[in-house]
Amino acid sequence: MADTLTPVLSDNWDQINAWQLASYQRTGGYDALRTALGMQPADVVAAVKDSGLRGRGGAGFPTGMKWSFIPQDNPKPKYLVVNADESEPGTCKDIPLMMASPHTLVEGVVIASYAIRASVAFIYVRGEVLHVIRRLQQAVQEAKDAGFIGQNILGTGYDLDVVVHAGAGAYICGEETALLDSLEGRRGQPRLRPPFPAVAGLYGCPTVINNVESIASVPAIIKNGADWFGSMGTEKSKGMTLYSLSGHVTRPGQYEAPMGITLRELIDLAGGVREGHTLKFWTPGGSSTPLLTAEHLDVPLDYEGVGSVGSMLGTKALQIFDDSVCAVRAVLRWTEFYKHESCGKCTPCREGTWWLVQILERLEQGKGTEEDLVTLLDLCENITGRSFCALADGATAPITSSIKYFKDEYLAHFENGGCPFDPMASTVFATAGASA
Amino acid sequence: MAENHTTATDTPVPYSTGDSKITDATIAEMREIMARYPQAQSALLPMLHLVQSVEGRVTPEGIEVCAELLGLTGAEVSAVATFYTMYKRRPVGDYHVGVCTNTLCAVMGGDLIFDRLKQHLDVGNDETTEDGKITLEHIECNAACDYAPVMTVNWEFFDDMTPESATQLVDDLREGTEVKSPRGATICTWREAERVLAGFSDGRADEGPTGGKASLAGLRLARERNWTAPNGSDTPKEG
Repeated sequence: MADTLTPVLSDNWDQINAWQLASYQRTGGYDALRTALGMQPADVVAAVKDSGLRGRGGAGFPTGMKWSFIPQDNPKPKYLVVNADESEPGTCKDIPLMMASPHTLVEGVVIASYAIRASVAFIYVRGEVLHVIRRLQQAVQEAKDAGFIGQNILGTGYDLDVVVHAGAGAYICGEETALLDSLEGRRGQPRLRPPFPAVAGLYGCPTVINNVESIASVPAIIKNGADWFGSMGTEKSKGMTLYSLSGHVTRPGQYEAPMGITLRELIDLAGGVREGHTLKFWTPGGSSTPLLTAEHLDVPLDYEGVGSVGSMLGTKALQIFDDSVCAVRAVLRWTEFYKHESCGKCTPCREGTWWLVQILERLEQGKGTEEDLVTLLDLCENITGRSFCALADGATAPITSSIKYFKDEYLAHFENGGCPFDPMASTVFATAGASA
Repeated sequence: MAENHTTATDTPVPYSTGDSKITDATIAEMREIMARYPQAQSALLPMLHLVQSVEGRVTPEGIEVCAELLGLTGAEVSAVATFYTMYKRRPVGDYHVGVCTNTLCAVMGGDLIFDRLKQHLDVGNDETTEDGKITLEHIECNAACDYAPVMTVNWEFFDDMTPESATQLVDDLREGTEVKSPRGATICTWREAERVLAGFSDGRADEGPTGGKASLAGLRLARERNWTAPNGSDTPKEG
């Protein structure tokens, strides 16, 4: 039985200058690269497949299997693209990882590129994180100077170039095919699949797109083996992962634990829900995953567990909202976000998110009727699953789940002629005595 | 809260002012960016960041230069430039100040901070103070939720903000006091930041800590309680 917290990715974050190559190598950095380059690329793919590592960006697709879909008989160049566009509301794990230890990612990039036989890899990082971009740029340069990136890496004859590419502000670019369009210098709009990126991705060539945390997990797997990885986590959701607690808990932050820990345990580790308040609702993996409540505190936070209660593990972005927060206000704000970030390509999403905001605004102001709730649900049904990508599905998740759990609160807005909550009460600087 | 989300669309976007600062040196740097990629058009986003670092916004001249170098039309480049929120068609101040008003930061205090700053600076969303120092904008989730309410200055993090610390921050910026991000470097100008986003290092990567308190919360607890991941050498590897 593994310990409650199992720092692997975060294990060197308290080292002096952890972001520098010298510090990273003092804790065994780039040893896994030497091991991997001594293996056949197909064996590296098999090792990651055997580990059971599933994509940490939200969908949970097995990473090694994704790599094995790259058609090696295709004469076109192969590419690795790291999705470092962390933008899903609530999600804040990849940014601290790249800030503290960018070499963990870079080492994973070189190993993964070798496994799929890519000669160029891209790290597509959102543009709004200047210092993280500085550290990534420097890490890649240090790795080049040390011979871990470039021509004839460690004398093996393997060549790889790595490019750090800064985005320019667009949530949709976290969607993998929109990210590819953006990386090609276009508006970031999703592509119809098939063909999948493994067959026709960047520049129409076979491409693997992986989340930062997935790639950063690879060096530890190569170093310690599949059994070690599987000794943490649950049967179908193996390994350690970063859980991000934010909102109304005493000590918000990053908690690296085996897959399957519960929110009850995590909140306990984080010092409990804000003093004097109780848990009202939470997101298991960002705002696009249906809301859960206090009745779900003991659900194992793995892909199967969260799925079984009608939500999704997503990015493990646990946003905690206590009893001072108005569910309608929270949902309206998320909906405004999806409306703003809809790329405009598919009609149900482009038009639908505007209608959702209009109705929710009316409801929040207490000017709605119970009939509006029916219209909202009907709209959601006509938006979900009817667009190229999952942005539209994500937009409806907070609405349908909040109506499921907090219908009375919507009704209270009508009865009250507006929001019954004091917005000051939910703030971190709320004065004693402010109440819901 | 809907008034938080209005944008200053009543002021017209300035067209060419006739004093573009794009030089042959800029064009040489654009070619350098293009050479990083297997296909040159991939360079467009960083090239537009470079345009902003030189011009203080995306200018018509900047669009034309990008188009010419990449073999695109001006309309094609404009289509890209208008899609992404970080590209600005109106001049940006020395300091771009962002306040996260996505749900979690909003309820933790971001809405009140944004209201206070609008009042304090006498500007609306996406507007610049008269002295040209500060452009205020409400931003979406910036992946720092464990430090809510979060602000940014030129895309560096400012954590656990209050209305008081927010007004102090913008006052310091306007007065030219040196300001440091708690998880980053000494604040440079917006144009200098845009140059880093274009891929040109400013040598400041070593400033600042590995992470803030929240980033290290789980690790510190694990150290206190002697919790570790299983020892790799104790787990037999498959033959």
